[in-house]
Amino acid sequence: MKFSENWLRTWVNPALSSDELAHVLTMAGLEVETLEAVAPAFNNVVVAEVLEVVKHPNADRLNVCQVNVGEAQPLTIVCGAANVAVGVKVPCARIGAVLPGNFAIKQAKVRNVESFGMLCSGKELGLAEESHGLWLLPSDAPVGKTLRDYLELDDKLFTLKLTPNRSDCSGMVGVARDVAALTGSALKLLDIKIQSVTLSEQLPVNVADAKACPLYCGRLVRGVDAAAPTPAWMLRRLERSGLRGISAVVDITNYVMLEMGQPLHAFDAAQLSGGITVRRARKSEALTLLNEQEVVLDEEVLVIADDARVLALAGIMGGQGSGVETTTRDVFLESAFFHPDAIAGKARRFGLATDSSFRFERGVDFAATRQALERATQLLLEICGGSAGVISEARGELPKRIAITLRRSRVARVLGIMLDNAQITALLKRLQLDFVTNGDDFSVMPPSFRFDLSIETDLIEELARLHGYDNIPALAPQATLTMLPYSELQRPLSRIQQLLVSHDYQEIVSYAFVDEQVERELCGNVEPVALQNPIASNLAVMRSSLIGGLVGALRFNLNRNQARARLFEVGACFAKAREGYMQSQRLSGLAYGTALPEQWGAAAKLVDFYDVKTDVEALFSPQELRFVTAPHPALHPGRSAQILCGGQTVGWIGELHPQWQQQYDMAQPAVWFEVELGAMTQAKVPRMQEIAKFLPVRRDLAVVVDESVTVQALLDAMMDASVPGVAQISLFDVYRGKGVDQDKKSLAFRVLLQDTQKTFTDSEIETSIALLVDIMKKHGAQLRM
Amino acid sequence: MEELQKILDHALQQFAVISDEAELEQVKAKYLGKEGSLTALLKGLGKLSAEERPAAGARINQVKQGIEAALQQRRDALQQNKLAQKLAAEALDVTLPGRGLGMGGLHPVTRTLERIEQLFHSLGFATASGPEIERDFYNFTALNIPENHPARAMHDTFYIDPQHVLRTHTSPVQVRYMEANQPPLKIISSGRVYRVDSDATHSPMFHQVEGLWVDEEISFANLKGVVQDFLQRFFERDDLQVRFRPSFFPFTEPSAEMDMSWNGGWLEIGGCGMVHPNVLKHVNIDSEKYLGFAFGLGVERLAMLRYGVNDLRQFYESDLRFLKQFN
Repeated sequence: MKFSENWLRTWVNPALSSDELAHVLTMAGLEVETLEAVAPAFNNVVVAEVLEVVKHPNADRLNVCQVNVGEAQPLTIVCGAANVAVGVKVPCARIGAVLPGNFAIKQAKVRNVESFGMLCSGKELGLAEESHGLWLLPSDAPVGKTLRDYLELDDKLFTLKLTPNRSDCSGMVGVARDVAALTGSALKLLDIKIQSVTLSEQLPVNVADAKACPLYCGRLVRGVDAAAPTPAWMLRRLERSGLRGISAVVDITNYVMLEMGQPLHAFDAAQLSGGITVRRARKSEALTLLNEQEVVLDEEVLVIADDARVLALAGIMGGQGSGVETTTRDVFLESAFFHPDAIAGKARRFGLATDSSFRFERGVDFAATRQALERATQLLLEICGGSAGVISEARGELPKRIAITLRRSRVARVLGIMLDNAQITALLKRLQLDFVTNGDDFSVMPPSFRFDLSIETDLIEELARLHGYDNIPALAPQATLTMLPYSELQRPLSRIQQLLVSHDYQEIVSYAFVDEQVERELCGNVEPVALQNPIASNLAVMRSSLIGGLVGALRFNLNRNQARARLFEVGACFAKAREGYMQSQRLSGLAYGTALPEQWGAAAKLVDFYDVKTDVEALFSPQELRFVTAPHPALHPGRSAQILCGGQTVGWIGELHPQWQQQYDMAQPAVWFEVELGAMTQAKVPRMQEIAKFLPVRRDLAVVVDESVTVQALLDAMMDASVPGVAQISLFDVYRGKGVDQDKKSLAFRVLLQDTQKTFTDSEIETSIALLVDIMKKHGAQLRM
Repeated sequence: MEELQKILDHALQQFAVISDEAELEQVKAKYLGKEGSLTALLKGLGKLSAEERPAAGARINQVKQGIEAALQQRRDALQQNKLAQKLAAEALDVTLPGRGLGMGGLHPVTRTLERIEQLFHSLGFATASGPEIERDFYNFTALNIPENHPARAMHDTFYIDPQHVLRTHTSPVQVRYMEANQPPLKIISSGRVYRVDSDATHSPMFHQVEGLWVDEEISFANLKGVVQDFLQRFFERDDLQVRFRPSFFPFTEPSAEMDMSWNGGWLEIGGCGMVHPNVLKHVNIDSEKYLGFAFGLGVERLAMLRYGVNDLRQFYESDLRFLKQFN
């Protein structure tokens, strides 16, 4: 809602400056989004009439003008504008004037001719972006009057950011009512007179859906001059509310809408056939709207129709062919109350948002429907002439107003302050709400213009708003103290994040929507969860993995000369599920460049699978992981593994496929992992176990095996055999090269033997080791001496 | 016994100039060895009379002890010396940088969230979470925003299908939590939310923290108290002013926008209000018995103010030069 301050002050005029008034409104929930001056500061500019125009003796493009500024003697002013002419009325900046940009007007000689002021363009006064020549004022502009007074330029524009509950303030009357309540100033309401009927004619009005349209009023006005100019004062108020002047009749309907919050529509009566019907549209009925948009309707949509066709989308927009033109002689004026439920969402369905639908879907004062029609008639007769017909009215059941019980005790509980009965009474009175008291209870009748008042809490909010939120103290709550549960079976996410930070990873946050191509290529996801209304085509689908964001972030940094990056992100990943959507929280990391930051004493080595594998193992520790070769669309097929924890697949690790490495402009391979967060956050409460009394015995075993034999296979075979005394076997060296055949590798295992009861004898040890060697031999291993 | 004195003096002189341990042991033999001069004197004692012998023996022993003590002293000194040389040779340039991995860091939003959560945990708020693809019902309907309500237009919603949206706020977690738990309840919930909006001050994805406290006696004054307390603790400024401005959210009433004093003006920091009776009704909580407040804060806004970030988009660009400043 945008309006001129001067206009508001004709309704209610509190002794407050513009800024103070803005503050009062903002602090009452009518947020003043902007408060701007209508015109920049300038002075000494008056309406002038050009009396004489003579070519400048020394300059082709200049004229020497005699200008009447309302004084006995005309002023001589040199003017360079091409549109200067005898008889025009223009703004004249007099000697001593200061124009926007601190441009001072002084008496000056222009090529040897004295000039006593300056004739101005709109741009020079800061009132137009562009100007072509002088600003030509209306011929009835009063000569000598200051331009600021004549055009009411000492005015300010208020723009309110209306919340959906305050539809009452989408008319000046509502804003004024609130200002009066807030400031205690007197409210001057419009004096709407019943217009005398000079025409007995009446159009039949029929409402087929009285629930959607409980009240419809309309009247004919014949013999209007639709081409009459809209009065300047009305045009000014419309323009200062952000509405363009269109034609007198349309301007009048818009003006009354701004005054009273009641949208009106004017039909050209000559274009109507028969009577008016308010009904649901029929399936496939079509209508071309005033904005030339063609809409196909159905039973959901409420329309205004005559006996032949659909004329308008009720409460939203009129149609072509029935609107008022400047040639229109007879007008049918409509003022109706459409129920919010009948209008809500309908405009949006057709991609429309009109001043009318805005008001109807939030609620319009149904007690003012007829008054608004009278008010529009009054203005129409004044401005365009004509004779008004009898009002046709179709009335159904208007919204019920049910008294609301307001309990003083409830006010105290909700707000945390004690308001006594006198205070509540005073506040209700200021709000002009009808009520009766019953002890500490108030029975309050919500008015027809407040659709947001229907339950007790609504009234409590009103009291708080008027009392002032600032006047409610900030109090610490009093409550019973109990401790929060703190399960040791859950590792906090923050600890996991901190662990990665200690492993040199930097956390990023990337968008959860990604490019469909990334999903297809890196995740093999051809059926991603897609947005119906993405913000951009490269952010059109929900990610099924965090890899896209990490790769994007890596590329961003590579393009900024970073040679090494270790990134991680925690976030949800999405996929379609049989019912609804699968949403899992995951943690993912990407390492690129050297394994260590560039440093002395450590050879620069690119990060590889095993470097990152350590990081992943650390994340899960003390849980043990297994890594199983498996293909992944994003990964190098020989360097890609599924991560298993407790037999469950919990993630992936691997080197980016060389194809993607090339496609995404990476000079070096990147190693990526992604794991389910849930698998990492589970923890066990430790139970201490007895420490063995005897020291373990260590034996090392080195074997040569085929390259195809995995370490895991050998370890599994040895451990599964439950060889006596063997407590732990781990790999500590891998060797390829001299002394080991091509396609073979030498593996060195450390075996720890442990007995809790006694010390091993040498022969026991040898027996166990021999068993292990036998097991490895089954995998083609040869003992290396 | 001049001779004895001479031997002692000589020995001491010789020891003092020796700088090699092996040489020292050789010189020692000259005095105390089998053929050593003192040994010879001791052997000569036998030639003396029984009366002279004890005194002479005592004198020789005295000198012997003197030599042995000097010898030990010199041995220690040489060893000390050797150690000192070794240590000097092993000295490091302690200013050389340490080796190994560097340190990463948390995203400023995470850092901010942790701070927020810590503060609310100190008041006994538990943590709750909910899905990001949310049912229309939880995102809107259960929050008293029925279909076609004008407030839906305020949300610029991303739709997945007619029943599912990307949650436009963290408030649906309130509903889910209240469905599953009985009052009194006190939770915060943080996470990503989505709106169809993108410019220097709006991101299509951002983070919110939602707070909810439902109990028998929880008032609007308490809401003001908790939010003000939080903002003052978060910014570590006791003089921070917080302003509550009437506003409208369908799921709270009375509702307020929270503004915070900043550089002489007011900055909008989030929305809040008393939980609307219709919301409590949806989850079968008796709104006559229980009252509650709820608030939602923009996490990025808090992070921007706290750390002096001026462009919201920087949070999602993943520029390491930006991110590393918050480590």
